[in-house]
Amino acid sequence: MRNHEVSRGRVRGWLDAWGLSVVGLALLTGFLAFPGAGWAEDAASASAAVSYRDIPQLGGSRNIIWVVAQLHLLLAGFVLGVPIFAWLCEIVGWKTGEKRYDKLAKEFTKLLTSSYATTALFGGILLFLLISFYPKLMTYLTDIFFPSFIAYCGLFLLETATLYLYWYGWDTMQEGRAKVFHLFLGFLLNFFAFFIMVIPNSWATFQASPVVIAEGSSVARAWAATWNPTWWPVNIHRLIANVVLGGYICGAYAGVRYLSAKSAEEREHYDWMGYVGNFIGVFGLLPLPFAGYWLMREIYQYNQQMGITLMGGFLSWLFILQAMLIGVLFLGSNYYFWLGITHRIPGAEAKYKKPIMAMLIILLLCLGVWMTPHSLVASLEEARKLGGTHHPLLGVFGVMSAKMTVANLMILVTFMSFIMYWRAGKEETAAWAKLARAVMSGVLGVAAIVVIVLGVWGYFVPAIVRINYFSVAQVLIVIFVMLTITPLTALLLRSARTTTEMVWGRMPPRAGYALVLNAVMVILLMTLMGYARSSSRVHWHIYGVMRDSSEYAYSPALGYAAAFMSLNTFLFCMLVAFIFWVATMGDKAKAGSGAMPAMAGGSPELDRSKAH
Amino acid sequence: MKGGIHLKPVLLMVGLYIFLKFGMPLFTAPLPASLIMLYLMLMFSGIMIFMTLSGTSMESFLGPIFRFISGDGQDGTMKMARMAVLALFPLLVGWQTYTSTATSTVPPAENRTVHPAPPGEFAAMSNPVPNTPENVMQGKGLYAAYCSPCHGLFDGKGPASRGFTPPPANFKDPTTIAMLQESYLFWRIKKGGVGLSVEGMPWKSAMPRWEFELKDEQIWKIIMGEYDGAGQKPRTWE
Repeated sequence: MRNHEVSRGRVRGWLDAWGLSVVGLALLTGFLAFPGAGWAEDAASASAAVSYRDIPQLGGSRNIIWVVAQLHLLLAGFVLGVPIFAWLCEIVGWKTGEKRYDKLAKEFTKLLTSSYATTALFGGILLFLLISFYPKLMTYLTDIFFPSFIAYCGLFLLETATLYLYWYGWDTMQEGRAKVFHLFLGFLLNFFAFFIMVIPNSWATFQASPVVIAEGSSVARAWAATWNPTWWPVNIHRLIANVVLGGYICGAYAGVRYLSAKSAEEREHYDWMGYVGNFIGVFGLLPLPFAGYWLMREIYQYNQQMGITLMGGFLSWLFILQAMLIGVLFLGSNYYFWLGITHRIPGAEAKYKKPIMAMLIILLLCLGVWMTPHSLVASLEEARKLGGTHHPLLGVFGVMSAKMTVANLMILVTFMSFIMYWRAGKEETAAWAKLARAVMSGVLGVAAIVVIVLGVWGYFVPAIVRINYFSVAQVLIVIFVMLTITPLTALLLRSARTTTEMVWGRMPPRAGYALVLNAVMVILLMTLMGYARSSSRVHWHIYGVMRDSSEYAYSPALGYAAAFMSLNTFLFCMLVAFIFWVATMGDKAKAGSGAMPAMAGGSPELDRSKAH
Repeated sequence: MKGGIHLKPVLLMVGLYIFLKFGMPLFTAPLPASLIMLYLMLMFSGIMIFMTLSGTSMESFLGPIFRFISGDGQDGTMKMARMAVLALFPLLVGWQTYTSTATSTVPPAENRTVHPAPPGEFAAMSNPVPNTPENVMQGKGLYAAYCSPCHGLFDGKGPASRGFTPPPANFKDPTTIAMLQESYLFWRIKKGGVGLSVEGMPWKSAMPRWEFELKDEQIWKIIMGEYDGAGQKPRTWE
């Protein structure tokens, strides 16, 4: 009782301290932001004498910025994605009473403190380099966005304070209203993080899709520049991508820990963690193509030239690479689900072999369509036989109508993989189970047919009809399937009888490698799209407004860019491995000398195990 | 029966290759090696995924291969076969490396960009000529005079088309002009092949620079006639 009171007093102390911190930070932000409106004018008059600076000995300013900016962005995606992931897990743990979710959430929040500092460090380096290498551009951007720079600093202060409270208050705020308050802190953490993401997005999207800025106060001008056509599409796309990144990195971490696990308990825990990471990654992956489609549509609508450069011009080959990477990601995620069915649910292999094969065939056919380019890579001799580089039959797969159709079908298949996994090892006992299954099959079958019909029909209607109605209808149909089948399955399983208990810790080593592969694919995808977004501006710092007149005002070749994407992916993986290693150092010390290193390699014991 | 588990995947791979390489040219144009390789890679990935779903299937599929390569308990013919594979595989890799890096007179495969981005001054244009039946008819007449020798009856098969690689565009194909705005066609007709941007070089286009022969108004009319004749609609945002 006494302890309880002490705990309550401590929580009250936390609340008071937190309240004061927030008020203090709010005042500080206001104090800093208030004179911002006047200072912007001064900044505008200070013209930079130097347009560019360079360090050619270190590979040139553009390459340096490329690496630092990409690493900062990837780290930012990680530190913004992980709080979403952690908070969702904490909510699940709180609602279901399952402590392992709370433990998982805490384990990942622990990573935030070190990764947050690393992200800020790279942000600082990026800022100094940008000011040094591109003084003219930065003067121009500062003139427009100065008020939002200040707001950004304020948000950073609030985010930092909230993160400290969230992390250090975890154990103290475990019960009752304190836990609710802790969940509220998690919400605040994500709330501030969201705005920390959207403010720099406005600077980057303004460079790609600038708008005419009317005369007015500095706040009004910054606001006008912020509301540029691609701001919200990028905000939504990045938000979802961050969830995907957070989920898959969690999965990769679990995969590595699983491969190095020595005890059965460890294997069970990290097997389960891998499942949760993969699930959240897939959960984000499903709506991501829709967000990407919206972004591309806005780009096309903003500027046909930029849209064609991306989708039909020299950058269009990036989208074939993107299709390959997304294809591996879809295959990897489904493979992990299927391995879960065949290994965690004893005896399920024979039952699910045929449905898995059907889903695999659909996925491969869809991927074949998605990866087929509009204009084929052909030698001179092949092109002569072909009559150009456009195939008369397979060329129809090279356009958006086909790509959208197969993307939607792949999303449906992946969703059904999860549903199959969810239902595996259970027998539905509800009287209406048969009817529900028929309804689900009907909905799925009709949806797949309608998606295909709309896809084929899309070739015979004006582009605007396809873009505004058919593609949107395809997306809505897939969402409808998810919103129908998910609650129906949940209702069915509420009264279901478990026929075979799911056994954690029996996954083969290749499942761990699949999780690592998925994370690497997501990182590669982000580096690829980073290059696409930046290159779409071609020889402009600010599209159509400020021309790049440096010696680097050319678009690097795709092979050269691919080398940088790989380098950035490798460096980011090393950074994340270092962060994990630092964050788990304390655990290893606690566990004693027998503990396995966090980022060790494979597990020979498991390789030899007869379990697989 | 023992080798049955390997027979199906091998047959699938060989069957797919034969279909793509020799079967498809029977009813359509042949496929380039890059696309055949892509589809074979997909098939291979699918086989590997399916065969490694469970411990049992993985062991029965990969176990014999691993044992063959490791040479456990082999003698006689199998031992010789293993030695042959171990000797031939590096030779195969070496041959592949040599052929891909040796000096050749064959030009490298191209990843041609079909639709380069138009210059800014053309991107924002809209057709100033009203879409009336008379204008469309006039456009078709101009098309017949200036465009049909190469582009034919909107299908890219005019009498002169056989002389060009790549061939003239087929406007009836829903993946060509139906994907583009009228301003894009205006740019391509007016400036021709020589007016293509440097983006995504090298360009191969025999399209004449019609700005020397046709007035802007005539080009816009041709565009309207072209869409109408091909049964397509231009891309719009309204």
